[in-house]
Amino acid sequence: MNLTTTEPAEVSDTLSGGSQRGDRVFHGLAFAAGASIMVALAGVFIFLAIRGAAGFSAATGLYQPYTSFVPYAAGLLFGTALVAVLAMIIAVPFAVGVALFLTHYAPRPLSTVIAYLIDLLAAVPSVVFGLWGLKALGPALLPIQRWLNEHLGFIPFFAGEVSATGRTVFLAAIVLAIMVLPITTAICREVFGQTPRLHEEAALALGATRWEMIRYAVLPHSRSGIIAGTMLGLGRALGETMAVLLVLNASGPKITWHLLTSDNPATIASNIAQNFQGENIDLQVVLLATGLVLFVFTFLVNFAARWVVIRSERKFQ
Amino acid sequence: MAKSIDVSDLNIYYGDFLAVEGVNMTVKARSVTAFIGPSGCGKSTFLRSLNRMHEVIPGARVEGKVVVDGQSLYDPSVDPVAVRRQIGMVFQRPNPFPTMSIYDNVLAGKRLNAKKVKKSEADALVEKSLRGANLWSEVKDRLDKPGMGLSGGQQQRLCIARAIAVEPEVLLMDEPCSALDPISTSAIEDLIHELKSDYTIVIVTHNMQQAARVSDDTGFFNLKATGEPGHLVEFNPTKKMFTAPDNDATEAYISGRFG
Repeated sequence: MNLTTTEPAEVSDTLSGGSQRGDRVFHGLAFAAGASIMVALAGVFIFLAIRGAAGFSAATGLYQPYTSFVPYAAGLLFGTALVAVLAMIIAVPFAVGVALFLTHYAPRPLSTVIAYLIDLLAAVPSVVFGLWGLKALGPALLPIQRWLNEHLGFIPFFAGEVSATGRTVFLAAIVLAIMVLPITTAICREVFGQTPRLHEEAALALGATRWEMIRYAVLPHSRSGIIAGTMLGLGRALGETMAVLLVLNASGPKITWHLLTSDNPATIASNIAQNFQGENIDLQVVLLATGLVLFVFTFLVNFAARWVVIRSERKFQ
Repeated sequence: MAKSIDVSDLNIYYGDFLAVEGVNMTVKARSVTAFIGPSGCGKSTFLRSLNRMHEVIPGARVEGKVVVDGQSLYDPSVDPVAVRRQIGMVFQRPNPFPTMSIYDNVLAGKRLNAKKVKKSEADALVEKSLRGANLWSEVKDRLDKPGMGLSGGQQQRLCIARAIAVEPEVLLMDEPCSALDPISTSAIEDLIHELKSDYTIVIVTHNMQQAARVSDDTGFFNLKATGEPGHLVEFNPTKKMFTAPDNDATEAYISGRFG
């Protein structure tokens, strides 16, 4: 302690000192970081809107097999949503099951190892998943696809003539399911692990088995987290490009519920990747317009998910 | 319905750590038994070993015997889930299921035991349990509202209603009033007096006046020394404990000359 600091003037200097400057700088940095997200998002939207605007009403020949933008984009959007939703139908039960196993069944050392391996799955590049799906998983799943067609062919999903290569919506959905598994599992694991001990013990003390305890305490607590994990996975599945491009034998935009045939709907992202390299500038503009459709669609999906989460949280408060 | 509990040479461990050592006692049926003692002396741990809730924590285990009505709880053939259905528990902080209504909270345990409960039966059971917990008149018009909307004291009585709805033989209470205000506390104490005629009640409390008010027998737990396991110092009728205890340490603790 310095003697001079006892003088009143010095003290007031210390009180009004530099700590506020640091505060202001940090406030500015944090604000800039937050704002940059908005800027980036707006930038992408504006880019797509300006460059793609002409694509909404281009020459009719560009929208093959259709003649205008709306059915063309609708067909692509259908393919995108079909593959992504199927992937989530497969992935979510798996993710919830794996996450429950890791948090409530597996012994600690085993659960650490498995959690690490699942995180590793997220680090595999999508092109590798694509090649694996194309060369290994596709042929391996062919008998299953044939079996489904033969025995469950009366269900429209499994009807039609089975693709000889196995590069179907069915295969694409399975590959996508594996790809979104890590993110959905990670979120579920996080929220399951945060279930208040108090509620778990409330169920156990009533004589609940482990599964009953999960149903009474863990799942109700985690509902919004499961939805959030599902939506993050869905976001990834909707935008996945490379794996779908490799795995799916797509024949352009179309609406069909047949999952096992060689005549499959393209997705927006794979359709862009497939056709953007061409010389046709006008087609590129149309593809940018479909990119805008995908952007808005994923935005709406996320928006709807937030709304569901908020509503289910508010219901019991 | 109510049953006595015989504990002999019970050692309770967390992994390799011996938390409570060598407990012997007999808890009488249809009476209130209170455990007092300083924090960390193992009284809650001991309470949780009486319905096998202790082993919920990874690595936790016990040695010795706990016998309820001739049946050893830690016999290998005994299912801990079945034990907990017979020996109910009320926790330190009220813990109604947050996503369930008052009605469903009361029925939660019943629905675990029997898959289908008839509507008329369920209604009757909810009313009986809530009346048993002195909560009926306060909530009868809003049974479909979430249990979390009640005050802390009401939530705790809801938890008691939930516990007695499955008609357990023993009711364990782990500091049930420590998060409540004096009025709610007094409501719960009155309730304990009434429940005594049907249930064997074991209560852990930090409040010595509470132990003196509600219990018939009192056990005093203490650590042998810092870092040593907790043990049961004295177990006697409450009247004797608070007037002429056998052990000097008990007298020192009760009269506030602790340490």
